[in-house]
Amino acid sequence: MTTPFWYVGLIPLLPGLGALVNGVFGRRFPKRVVHTIACGTTLISCLLALVLLVQFVQYPPEARHFTVTYYDWLNVGPVRLPTGESARLHVPVELLIDPLSVVMALVVTFVGFLIHVYSTGYMWEDPGYARYFSYLNLFMFAMLTLALSSSFLLLFVGWEGVGLCSYLLIGFWADRTSAANAGKKAFLVNRIGDLGFLMGMMLVFLQFGSLRFDDVFAQVASGAYGVNDPVLVAIGLFLLMGVTGKSAQIPLYVWLPDAMEGPTPVSALIHAATMVTAGVYLIVRCNPLYQMAPDALGVVALIGAVTALFAATIGMAQNDIKRVLAYSTVSQLGYMVLAAGVGAFSAAIFHLVTHAFFKALLFLGAGSVIHALHHQQDMRHMGGLRKYLPTTFGTMTMGVLAIAGMPFFSGFFSKDEILLQAFVSPYSRPVLWGLGTVTAGLTAFYMFRLWFLTFFGPERMDEHTRHHIHESPPNMTVPLRILAVLSVVGGLVGLPAAWFHVPVLGTLLRPLEAIQIHHFLEPSIWKVPAAHGTTHAPSLGLEFLLMLASVGAGLIGFLVAYVLYHRRPELPDRVAAASEPLYTLVANKYYVDEIYDALVVRPLLGLANLLAWLDVWVVDGLVNGTAWLTRTVADLSGRADFYGVDGLVNGVAEGVRQVGGALRRVHTGLAQQYVFGAIVLALFLLLFYMLVF
Amino acid sequence: MEYTLVYAQDTVGFPILSVICFLPILGALVLLFVKGERAIKLIANAFAIATFLVSLGLVPAFDSGALKMQFVEKVPWVPSLGIQYFMGIDGLSLLLVLLTTLLSAISVLCSWYSITHRVKEYYIFLLILETGMLGVFTSLDFILFYVFWEVMLVPMYFLIGIWGSDRKLYSAIKFFLYTLFGSVLMLLGIIALHYYYSSMTGERTFDILKFHQLALPAYLQDWIFLAFFLGFAIKVPMFPFHTWLPDAHTDAPTAGSVILAGILLKMGTYGFLRFSLPILPDATRTFLPWMIGLSIIAIIYGALVAMMQKDWKRLIAYSSVSHMGFVTLGIFALNAPGLSGATLQMINHGISTGALFLIVGFIYDRRHTRLISEYGGLYRVMPAYAAIFGIIAMSSIGVPGLNGFMGEFPILQGALKEDFWWGFAAGWGIVLGAGYMLWLYQRVIFGPVTKPENENLPDLRWNEFLSLLPLVLLAFQIGIYPKPYFRWMEKPMEYILYKVRPQELTGVPRSLPTVVPARTGESVSHEAPAAR
Repeated sequence: MTTPFWYVGLIPLLPGLGALVNGVFGRRFPKRVVHTIACGTTLISCLLALVLLVQFVQYPPEARHFTVTYYDWLNVGPVRLPTGESARLHVPVELLIDPLSVVMALVVTFVGFLIHVYSTGYMWEDPGYARYFSYLNLFMFAMLTLALSSSFLLLFVGWEGVGLCSYLLIGFWADRTSAANAGKKAFLVNRIGDLGFLMGMMLVFLQFGSLRFDDVFAQVASGAYGVNDPVLVAIGLFLLMGVTGKSAQIPLYVWLPDAMEGPTPVSALIHAATMVTAGVYLIVRCNPLYQMAPDALGVVALIGAVTALFAATIGMAQNDIKRVLAYSTVSQLGYMVLAAGVGAFSAAIFHLVTHAFFKALLFLGAGSVIHALHHQQDMRHMGGLRKYLPTTFGTMTMGVLAIAGMPFFSGFFSKDEILLQAFVSPYSRPVLWGLGTVTAGLTAFYMFRLWFLTFFGPERMDEHTRHHIHESPPNMTVPLRILAVLSVVGGLVGLPAAWFHVPVLGTLLRPLEAIQIHHFLEPSIWKVPAAHGTTHAPSLGLEFLLMLASVGAGLIGFLVAYVLYHRRPELPDRVAAASEPLYTLVANKYYVDEIYDALVVRPLLGLANLLAWLDVWVVDGLVNGTAWLTRTVADLSGRADFYGVDGLVNGVAEGVRQVGGALRRVHTGLAQQYVFGAIVLALFLLLFYMLVF
Repeated sequence: MEYTLVYAQDTVGFPILSVICFLPILGALVLLFVKGERAIKLIANAFAIATFLVSLGLVPAFDSGALKMQFVEKVPWVPSLGIQYFMGIDGLSLLLVLLTTLLSAISVLCSWYSITHRVKEYYIFLLILETGMLGVFTSLDFILFYVFWEVMLVPMYFLIGIWGSDRKLYSAIKFFLYTLFGSVLMLLGIIALHYYYSSMTGERTFDILKFHQLALPAYLQDWIFLAFFLGFAIKVPMFPFHTWLPDAHTDAPTAGSVILAGILLKMGTYGFLRFSLPILPDATRTFLPWMIGLSIIAIIYGALVAMMQKDWKRLIAYSSVSHMGFVTLGIFALNAPGLSGATLQMINHGISTGALFLIVGFIYDRRHTRLISEYGGLYRVMPAYAAIFGIIAMSSIGVPGLNGFMGEFPILQGALKEDFWWGFAAGWGIVLGAGYMLWLYQRVIFGPVTKPENENLPDLRWNEFLSLLPLVLLAFQIGIYPKPYFRWMEKPMEYILYKVRPQELTGVPRSLPTVVPARTGESVSHEAPAAR
């Protein structure tokens, strides 16, 4: 199929080339050349993504689905499928352009570009400047491949590729053992998830004879499968295993908090705005499959809701500013997974977009704070920074308000949409809504806690640090400002549908109707006839009530934070003491790392040690032992021959002595020959044993 | 389905396979008369590179479109026994020939500075070894094959025994005897085939392709399979016949390890593909559960044991056990993805493990220790080294986009197709693989420089860089565009399937639905705001 979108391949390819050039020659380039290449390629990608969008919306919604095929990648066959039909394991390098991938490409390139620019300030002093930008560009390449791929397998290339970049960037300051450990942990935990992805993908091929999304989903939706067909549920659950790794959900979320060892812009780009949302993207991409497997979807929703609450509770008791944000990311990802799990796929993507803005902003703001305080990340050593860092304070405030779901900020719209869907969706249960609403309150609490501890109250840093506090340079603050604006107005692309029908308001909002993301994404969300997806549109009143509940929860969170961390700063310790041992449990992240260590890591290493020992002393010992045994037997028979047989025949006829002489010739006295003979015999004996037993 | 023969004189006009096969040994002969270390090195390199370049000439002349043995040479050798000088290659052997010539040239090149005593003998043995290996992959006569198979052992024995390190004599003898033991049994199998064939047809022959036409009774298949199995399983090596490998790999000189891991191990899997499967299809199916079981054990066991090694080279040796487990798993999955993936994985393993042995060899030349704990922080001291090691590590653990994945994925898909649990169990191998490799990488490359001896290590020398570069480029090329490799092996794989499991080739092609973005359904949207 020829399409006018031939250039879409350049969107991932350009940053890939940038990574290559900087990776190979970067050390010899001046820093300006390095970041010009890195930011330049990303900017062009971003502009191309914009061109793509503009060109794309020229088509009517039902035609907004294109593929661009570049070349044949994997082509193996024939394979006889379990159905008796034959297929080829055939995957082209092909990109898919539909509303979902366009949204992802835009978010990734845009936020990515801002973070590239920010990094030119944040990383300027670092000796690994070229290496850093090479990795960052490589990440863009992998993430865009993930977002634009038209098949499970190509998506997996991006999927593992972003994991690799995450590994490289978490361990960027490799001198620190903790950083190298965190990188390794991230990669390994993700690999466990990836095994799930692989299994799901391979089951997809066996079932559908193709790995291309279009081929697979057309079959899923064709009516040939029943709702909750076991195969579909199994595929859904395996893919979910991949999602829990990449998007840091229970039980595989443990790598993300540790990932904060990486440079802060990396945390913003990879571990908040883009890479970790890949799991959410995958579920939404596979929405026809999940619609046909509501049982799997139910598990998705449950994991999302529980993770959201669980991570939020941990976030309340952390003192490292980046760790608070990390747990907050886990929690917000839980919201997205919850949204996807209740079938509100476009709401998941909407929250993905707004979260990309406000969480990138929060991380970059935190980076600005850390930068100003000479790499101090502990909030107990901050405080009162609002007058030193006015821009950072102002922009971060927008981010905090957005994530806390304060009315009319972007997070308000996307979170409420999710909570609304969790309440009314036929895939949902009210308890999920309850979990989500409680989480909303906790979110507001820990975010305002962070806000108060960082920017208000007494200045708890040491004198030397205070003396050197400085606002960040423009290449860091301009991205902050841009993201702050988007965190405020980003919600306008996802206004509640009902608002357009309210008399006066509807008229006022009319101009915004064309840019509603739910409407835009609609062609990517399949309408599977067999899946029971009927929703009674919620009444305006119900929507309003739910909104009130979540905003109320947020306000309660704010008030508690205000009292505890602003009005009565002596209270938190007393509260903590009063709630022992619960507080210790939460502050230590429920000891999950320790539990995994005791239940998985140690036994595995123990087993490996045991096997290594067995290999030397048993498997190889058997070989050496048989060699020794035959050598001994040969030696004994040699002695018997000399003293026994030879002694007997001694003095007997000439012919017999000749035989004896011939035998003796075997005993050359050369040790090698003895060993040689013995080992050959030993190996024959070994074979004999094996054949007999 | 049968191989047709295309003679060399009809395509390229000269016996190209003989030239490729004997060019190295010619080089060895020339070296006998050369004095001066530099001249010896130059000549050895020239012959190894010339062999590689001539072997590249096979590629444009090769026709992958039909099942053919190409560049065939066939003359009687010992007519009374029906032994012939019979050479020819199909896509499977082509891949292995190219791998051999490339890795041999690299082995010769990488030794430039590291071999300081008995230089002449060293290069002579290396070149003899290359001829032996090439002969194995090009022979179509079983006796000729066996001669090359055994010839190869001798130079390798000396390479380990003379230029090796630590317990080199023990390792050399162990390697020699263990593999010899296997191949003697294989010879028995060959002779059995010969007698059975002549008793059936009255014709004395060792023609491999004629043996492919045999329909052997089941009991005979079982016995010959077991004899072949021992020969090949020791070579691969499959669990539990692998213990010669960590010793031999570890104590061999760098070039020896590269060739051992890169090429010699492939002879076992090549043997399964060329002989066991097509000649003994019933026995293959009989012993299938055992083969699969041993493969999966090798994958998991090799990875776990690798994780615990303190010696860098032993770690990589055990990782070979794990990776070769993937290859045998793919072979015995007996379907197209399994076989093709296994074949590509043979090449991939040659590339990535070959490079890994180069990498550890280069650091050994500098520090004369292989203990992992002696290193750390090398990325500061040797950035280019660290970067290339990083790429190769990723290729080894199967990160998609690089070569390893293009072999592992089809293998896993093939295994999963036969039995869900095979795929699932083997899948853990890639998790554990990442475990030992990243842990190794972290311990030697990351962290602060802990030993003062490491502070001033020179980065890669020119010959070291040139040795690694082609492997890195190939790792990318195969990952990004593996099509030519899969195309070459397509027909041979189909043939093997036809022999051992023809029903795999049947089946109506599944008609994939033409893409109708089914977004116009009538059911009520459950979430689109516009529909409300």
